[in-house]
Amino acid sequence: MKELMVRAVYCEMLGYEASFSYIHAIKLAQQGTALDKRVGYLAVSLFLNESHELLLLLVNTVLKDLQSTNLIEVCMALTVVGQVFPKDMIPAILPMVEEKLNHPKEIIRRKAVLALYKFYLIAPNQVQHIHSKFRKALCDKDPGVMSASLHIYLEMVTKPESYKDLVVSFVTILKQVVGGKLPIDFNYHSVPAPWLQIQLLRILSLLGKNDRSTSEMMYEVLDESLRRAEMNHNITYAILFECVKTIYTIHPKAELLEKAAKCIGNFVLSPKINLKYLGLKALTYVVQQDANLALQHQMTIIECLDHADLIIKRETLELLFRITNGQNVKVIVEKLLEFLRHSKDDYRNISKGVYLPINECTYAPDNSWFIRTMNTVFLLVGDQMQPDIPNSFLRLLSEGFESAEEDQQLRLLAVDSYVSLLQEQPARLPQRFLQVISWVLGEYSSVKEGLEPATVLRLLAPLLDLRHCSSETKSWVLAAMTKLSAGPACLSVAQELAERHGGSLDTTLRQRLHELQHLASDGELLRRVLPCSDGLEPLEVDSTLSFLDGFVSEALAAGAAPYKPPHQRQEELAQEKALSVEPYGLSLPLSLSSSSIAGRLSPTVLSMSSGLSGNSTELSPKGGSALRLEGVTRVWGKEGYLAKAALKPEEAAKTEVPCPLSVLQEGGSAPRTPVVSLPAPAPGPSLQAEREKQQLASCLFMGLGSQGAAGPCLVRLNRSPPSAMDNLLCSSPLDSGSTPSPADSAPSPADSAPSPADSATSPADPAPHLPHDLPANNRPCDAQEDLTEDTDTSETVVEGNSVAVVDPYDPEPLCLSPHLPEELCGLPRSEIRPLCRDASLVLSACCVRTDHSSLLVVFVSNASDSAARRFALQMTSGDLEQRRIKEYPPFNGSSWSPGGSRPLSVSTEEYGRLWLASSNDIKQNLALLSQEPDPLRATLHRLRDRLQLNVVDIIASEGIVACQLLQGPPCLMHCRLNAGCLAVWLRSSLPELPDCLLYHCQRALAQH
Amino acid sequence: MIKFVLMVNRQGQTRLSRYYQPVELGKRAALEADVVRGCLYRKKEECSFVEYKDFKLVYRHYASLYIVVGITESENELSVYELVHNFVEVLDKYFSRVVSPIMFNMDKVHIILDEMIQNGHVVETNHSRILAPLSALDTLAHS
Repeated sequence: MKELMVRAVYCEMLGYEASFSYIHAIKLAQQGTALDKRVGYLAVSLFLNESHELLLLLVNTVLKDLQSTNLIEVCMALTVVGQVFPKDMIPAILPMVEEKLNHPKEIIRRKAVLALYKFYLIAPNQVQHIHSKFRKALCDKDPGVMSASLHIYLEMVTKPESYKDLVVSFVTILKQVVGGKLPIDFNYHSVPAPWLQIQLLRILSLLGKNDRSTSEMMYEVLDESLRRAEMNHNITYAILFECVKTIYTIHPKAELLEKAAKCIGNFVLSPKINLKYLGLKALTYVVQQDANLALQHQMTIIECLDHADLIIKRETLELLFRITNGQNVKVIVEKLLEFLRHSKDDYRNISKGVYLPINECTYAPDNSWFIRTMNTVFLLVGDQMQPDIPNSFLRLLSEGFESAEEDQQLRLLAVDSYVSLLQEQPARLPQRFLQVISWVLGEYSSVKEGLEPATVLRLLAPLLDLRHCSSETKSWVLAAMTKLSAGPACLSVAQELAERHGGSLDTTLRQRLHELQHLASDGELLRRVLPCSDGLEPLEVDSTLSFLDGFVSEALAAGAAPYKPPHQRQEELAQEKALSVEPYGLSLPLSLSSSSIAGRLSPTVLSMSSGLSGNSTELSPKGGSALRLEGVTRVWGKEGYLAKAALKPEEAAKTEVPCPLSVLQEGGSAPRTPVVSLPAPAPGPSLQAEREKQQLASCLFMGLGSQGAAGPCLVRLNRSPPSAMDNLLCSSPLDSGSTPSPADSAPSPADSAPSPADSATSPADPAPHLPHDLPANNRPCDAQEDLTEDTDTSETVVEGNSVAVVDPYDPEPLCLSPHLPEELCGLPRSEIRPLCRDASLVLSACCVRTDHSSLLVVFVSNASDSAARRFALQMTSGDLEQRRIKEYPPFNGSSWSPGGSRPLSVSTEEYGRLWLASSNDIKQNLALLSQEPDPLRATLHRLRDRLQLNVVDIIASEGIVACQLLQGPPCLMHCRLNAGCLAVWLRSSLPELPDCLLYHCQRALAQH
Repeated sequence: MIKFVLMVNRQGQTRLSRYYQPVELGKRAALEADVVRGCLYRKKEECSFVEYKDFKLVYRHYASLYIVVGITESENELSVYELVHNFVEVLDKYFSRVVSPIMFNMDKVHIILDEMIQNGHVVETNHSRILAPLSALDTLAHS
């Protein structure tokens, strides 16, 4: 059996699976004796990995062997435990292994420590309680046990804080080892326990790192190690190397550094190649702290650079790379490139290729050199290059350095060199380089004077014929061509291309060609879709996809379900109540956004974008960068735009609200979408894709944030105004019928919400206790005035603490308006309404809206025939004061009323800009005043009168309305006639404002 | 740390392999062939350390046998280089001659290697201690 098992092991070693023998290996370990058992265990440790299920069968055998009186069996069991053991079964044998720590035989103790080390590696938590036993093992009288415990400590001191107290022990041990206190059989070529020394030095370097006092304890023993290791043998050099590393890692001491430097010098100068290598490695490690050392050995380094052995060369380059600076960059890069040229192994190319651009971005001395070098790199490394290198190169080109002039020069140089490259031998260029070339030409060929776009197109066109050209590269090329396609010359090229490649099997290619042709023939469209700009201002990104608004509302009107962001959907799934409490969702004739959080994306858009991403992955199977998706999304952008423009030209023309600036898809694509109204520059998409990606990320994040913030708003809406909603739905203004509506359109008392402070006071309020509202005024309004007047009736206008007294004129309360103070006359105000009266006095009030505040004007009139001689007015307004605080600022949706807003007069253009700037939106359908001849106008005017909105514009079946919070942000409303309803879409920068306004709109329309 | 130990003959055939980090069985053969190619064709005067992908190889040549050890960047190459020699010394001591017997005593070579390296770390370098368990087994088997 044993022989067979060895053969099975042999089979596996040769790469043939022998899984049938696994179970027999376990059986052999269980049943065999002595050597058989050992071979069984060996086979198990070779065959099975830690997670293999058969390993569980071994646990029992191990347990049995651990309990055995035969030392050899215990030893074998501990060995296998130290090699491979199922993590879950550790508790089963842990006590027994611990027990073995006290075994009289050193070999058992050593194996037990190693087994515990294994446990520590796979499940550190399970051996936490026996850390003290590790310390005991460290102090074991047997050096073998002690050195075994060092493995655990080397693992543990990576978190050095809790092991600083052991430094003394480690130092003492090292001292003893170096001093030759160990038994002679630990020597290796008469060097005492070299691997143990190396281990200790590693532990010390970890402990002494950035710790002066700890480091000081080590200096002596390190010095001793350096001194002792003078023997001329490889293993002493290995120790020296470790020693030098430690010296340079811990807190530095000049004397030791000097010695270590000398040591490195010896290594580097050594004729033995292995030592030279080690010396270079040490130098590489050290130069970060002490560049002078490299200077000392510069001649040697230069020699090594021309060394026949690639490995030495490679190590030297690594070293050079570390000491690169502005002055030496040219030379070093030269050397690196030379290495690239000669080295055949591709993996080295890759690792070297990474270094180059980093090098150059940081230190590039001049532009032409930079371009030339990058060209060489692209040519040499070709397609093995990591995708981020061309990306960062392109970013560098577009973002440039400090001065714009230099940037231009750089681009000019790049264009120049690429044009000449294309003229020579385009077929030899690697794919990635072609992509870079086409992007740069597409973007910056205009920089070069006298370079006709058509010429560039003719240069690029042959690339499409190249056989080895991937479809991804072709997309790049076509994208560049599309950017350049202006003028009749280009049109002919485009048509030629379309004819030649129109039959291509690659749909993306065909699509791209079609676009090219289309855009080349329509210069106007091209300018709109791809505006030329040298500016580097980031594209304004309309992350809300507002240009699809029309589409969305149409889809909604047609019965589509409103889009909900995934997290909201999940939430709703989680708490099913949220789904079921939408009573009005059922009663509405049209399917509305029940949650009223309007989706930013309609499902269609979503599917479009997902289709896109699928497309793009197919396009660029290598994946990785945003750059390559460019073309694809542009397709989409254009298609999207064209479709939209065809569908809703009037909307785009009229409101200019849905002007898409640029839309980014999450997949990291950067479409170049149409720019309609804003002069936002839209430079090349691909490069900006990188930055845009970041912007996109923040945009997306912001979007998430605001949606999160809208959460409570949703809840509030669902909870508080159900009555209003019902009213709206049934078109029966229950509210206004059942309760006397006070001045203005403030919520009626029936609403459980606290009555807004504006002008609504409870009719039952006793006369002397008058609330008033002075939002802009910070002073408390506990005014108490004794007025003495000769007049019959006095009328006071309370404005802050000042009291104006107006001559009485007419006892009729409704004719009080002429008594308004002059400065308030021209301002919009609510009706003057009597609040309460008795035989002699009538108290009436109205609300006047100034630009900054709402003023409550209280009229006290004498209703009796007799003249009032003496008039005492006492006012307290504690209640009101509180509300005021509640109301401004911060904006509090629940107690807000339209009195807190003002019409916002903006032009249509400004409106468009504001619309894009606002992020919180909500969509809803409202009832229309359908009896009127012009329902839209009538409805909007009613809203304007009731809610102090400004109707900015009404065109055909759409209207835009704006208002502004008192000293606060604006709220915009976009209304559209839609199947007998008014589809409104509100937006504001305040999350709750649209919601609130919508509620009041519903009320205002319900109360007719 | 040590990733694997390979013993290969001059023809590039694997004679013994031990992995300290899991490598799929199917990928081992390719890896070994690659590694061997990287080492076998180096001249004697060239450096004994080779870079391979993200780790390094240390190799040593004994008559018709190559021993290749894959190590991580942080490991001390020279100490591993000497460890290989130490291993060979132990084998020498046990088998009296290294080259031919490892074919036929693969189990014992493995046992010796297990005593020296565990989980990719050097655990014992003392010759007599390395051989102690194996000799005990041998005496048990003979008696």
